[in-house]
Amino acid sequence: MAWFKKGEEEERRGRHDDPKPFEELWVKCKSCNEMIYRKVIERNLQVCPKCNYHFQIPARSRIEFVVDPGSFLEYDADLAPTDPLEFKDSKKYPHRLKESQEVTGHKDAVICGEAKIEGQPVMIGVFEFHFMGGSMGSVVGEKITRLIERAIEKRVGVLIFCASGGARMQEGILSLMQMAKTSAALARLKEARLPYITVLTDPTTGGVSASIAMLGDIIIAEPKAMIGFAGPRVIKDTIRAELPEGFQRAEYLLQHGMIDLIVERKDLRHTLASLLTMLKVDH
Amino acid sequence: MVKHYLDFEKPLVELENEIEHLKRFSRGKTLHVEDQIKHLEEKLLRLRKEIFSNLSGWQITQIARHIDRPKASFYINELFTDFIELHGDRHYGDDPAIIGGMAKLDGKPVFLIGHQKGTDFKEMAHRNFGMPHPEGYRKALRLMRMAETFQKPILTMIDTPGAFPGVGAEERGQAEAIAQNLRAMALLRTPIITLVIGEGGSGGALAIGMGDRILMLEYSIYSVISPEGCAAILWKDGEKGKAIAADYLKLTARDLFRLGVIDEVLEEPLGGAHRNPKEMANRLKEALLRHLKNLEGADLDGLLNQRYEKFRKMGAFIEEHRK
Repeated sequence: MAWFKKGEEEERRGRHDDPKPFEELWVKCKSCNEMIYRKVIERNLQVCPKCNYHFQIPARSRIEFVVDPGSFLEYDADLAPTDPLEFKDSKKYPHRLKESQEVTGHKDAVICGEAKIEGQPVMIGVFEFHFMGGSMGSVVGEKITRLIERAIEKRVGVLIFCASGGARMQEGILSLMQMAKTSAALARLKEARLPYITVLTDPTTGGVSASIAMLGDIIIAEPKAMIGFAGPRVIKDTIRAELPEGFQRAEYLLQHGMIDLIVERKDLRHTLASLLTMLKVDH
Repeated sequence: MVKHYLDFEKPLVELENEIEHLKRFSRGKTLHVEDQIKHLEEKLLRLRKEIFSNLSGWQITQIARHIDRPKASFYINELFTDFIELHGDRHYGDDPAIIGGMAKLDGKPVFLIGHQKGTDFKEMAHRNFGMPHPEGYRKALRLMRMAETFQKPILTMIDTPGAFPGVGAEERGQAEAIAQNLRAMALLRTPIITLVIGEGGSGGALAIGMGDRILMLEYSIYSVISPEGCAAILWKDGEKGKAIAADYLKLTARDLFRLGVIDEVLEEPLGGAHRNPKEMANRLKEALLRHLKNLEGADLDGLLNQRYEKFRKMGAFIEEHRK
């Protein structure tokens, strides 16, 4: 089953102002700045063949890359955001939402559902970074909480792919409280002895990092992913000094004992399946 | 005389100075200025009431951050007896940005945990302006677990610009420390009361904030991001848009009460807690005792279910086709 329908994707792109052919054919790697032929990257699971940087990819593609074909059943796709603060900056919040909804085809920044990975059932949640930077507002918090509650009900583990700048400013304090809400659900998951695995992708920062992401029994990161609480610019402005080489990258976190392992995209499915199998508590 | 005043308090301070001047000038002389002084004092009260009944989000933010605003250490000394400060996270260090320990409230032992910004520049620097490192959160968690073991209620006081954004903080797992506290507090088998006494700066505040009751002083703020941070993202200029952002963010105690995030707004003395700290302390004590009494002896499973539901309900969304 193809989650990432090419036709649709092209149609979506077509809605934007005339795309430049050069940018359509070539991609600049964020990490090594190399220009790479788009098709090469696509064939390589969106991984830079020169430096192994793992590009941020749509949530649907992530699901497609790791779950057994046809096994994904989406939950709560109709849960939609509202505007509790009547937040307005250069654009009104509902306008920003609408733009993101059109670009991604999702109501908000996370897709949740159940699936199987090499036959192992799991509840899976995937952040969509292209939806307002994967920011966590009320919908993201509610969907993830429901996902965890379903996992407890059905006695399966939870897998979450993080890609987020943090809590969503436009929903103010309610976004912050989603950290409390999801963490409370994770407390119950732990009590139920069900495994929780997080995969941190580029970038995972702020409130998502300080709740969902860092609570994994097993924390996996993609190579070179930026992971942290505060953003590097904020830190630089605060301490008024240069940051260490490789600071807040997955490899740096591994060295400092903050994550369990770094797994390449091509190996992820099998690693996840093995972990889920081995963590299962026999009854 | 007031040492520090805010821009919108200027007309008040001018009046205060005028009254003071008259009093001093007439001292020991047979000048009949009593009527004039009385008149000015009435005017001052009227003006103060007027100004403080119409504060903007940014003005409230300024009061919440006021250097003279009573800090956690003040309330600890004022409300409690026999305070014993306990230090360290047993892993790396002791973080002065968070004070923790045990004390008695009306003779009953409680655990206290609070951000401490400091009252003068020297203390502020020592306490890193109330911005904790991971060690602070881990110390808080250690003490909260101890409170659970010995079945004592926990009182947390929030007053921080946020968790410290620094290299060491990141290297030692700032995000992990905060996340651990959130998850642990959800299942802590003892009552927790959280007081927002000044500035509630995002995740760094929430990390000690998952109370069964969350009370907020009238001129405190609690927000996902500071007004300056919000303005910096939206308009690339933190200074310019901070006042507008403070209103957008809906960060005042009354806003949070409306949004269903806090349980009670504690009224402050006219002009803010720093104008009459003792009176504020009395009001705090009354509220604390009332809520503690309410929570004491509660069935713990029931308490945890209520705590779960409390946070479970927070948020606003639309469900289009409920199955």
